[in-house]
Amino acid sequence: MSAARPKMRMREKLVLRIVAKRFVPFVLLFGLYVQAHGDFGPGGGFQAGVIFAGGLILYAMIFGADELERVAPRRVVERLVAAGVLLYAGVGLATLLLGGNFLDYDVLARDPSAGQHLGILLVELGVGLTVAAVMTSIFLAFASRGRG
Amino acid sequence: MAAVWLDIALFGFLLAIAVAIARTRDLFAAAMLLGIFSLLSAGVFTLLDAVDVAFTEAAVGAGISTILVLGTLALTDQVEVPSKRRLLPVAVVVLTGAALLYGTLDMPAFGDPDAPIHQHVAPRYLAETPDAIGIPNVVTAVLASYRGYDTLGELVVIFTAGVGVLLLLGRGRGEDDPG
Repeated sequence: MSAARPKMRMREKLVLRIVAKRFVPFVLLFGLYVQAHGDFGPGGGFQAGVIFAGGLILYAMIFGADELERVAPRRVVERLVAAGVLLYAGVGLATLLLGGNFLDYDVLARDPSAGQHLGILLVELGVGLTVAAVMTSIFLAFASRGRG
Repeated sequence: MAAVWLDIALFGFLLAIAVAIARTRDLFAAAMLLGIFSLLSAGVFTLLDAVDVAFTEAAVGAGISTILVLGTLALTDQVEVPSKRRLLPVAVVVLTGAALLYGTLDMPAFGDPDAPIHQHVAPRYLAETPDAIGIPNVVTAVLASYRGYDTLGELVVIFTAGVGVLLLLGRGRGEDDPG
């Protein structure tokens, strides 16, 4: 976006740059925390994916989308969009193959409760992956339109 | 009692911001005000003890949506062209609002334990979750396990929306990816 309006190049603003650089790791870490902590407190894959993508987008807004694409190339991010859905549906398929109902996680482990834990962890991961990848790739698509 | 005043203050702010959004012609200001609106809505949800919803509203409504709207603004004009037809939008808003208010007349009072929503499957979920699922957050248990099929549907909606936007925006110029 900064590239779209050359007058407002954000990477030249010292305060924004320093704050973003210090902030981004914590945003990403908080995203992972929300992802992992969904079983115990508010949160889960949707929120975690959005927060994680928010961290990546903050980085791209300050340092430019090219810098972000060095870490998260669009080819990879766009494949992750599908990977999350496939992981979620794959868990459902696995429960079918193990003799349970679709997305009935009881059969995933010997102990039904442990199976539920594993199943919820995996599907939340799928949700987080797809949400983060969709948000990031939409932003990258916007940014590259602005440049073109 | 303090919570009531907090409610009144939050809804007062929400109303003021909504009016400001409707009146401003500067789309950049409107986008920022929408972000503030979402953040205050998250405050309302917190007061209603719906922390999971509040969390989502803060992250999606105030965070990502604002960024994506700003991203759109960078590609388009920043000033809204005033519409000539003023009566029709007002009529639509008033009618929709009146219908929604009429709908709330039939709703049970907030927190009423006899409300249908608390009598259907909710008691079973609350009673079963510690044993059957074994995680403390019942919201996650409902979302990911009891209603796992619905959540898969939601995820497919996000996937489809994302793919649609990517197709509409194209992959950007100068990038030749045969795949």
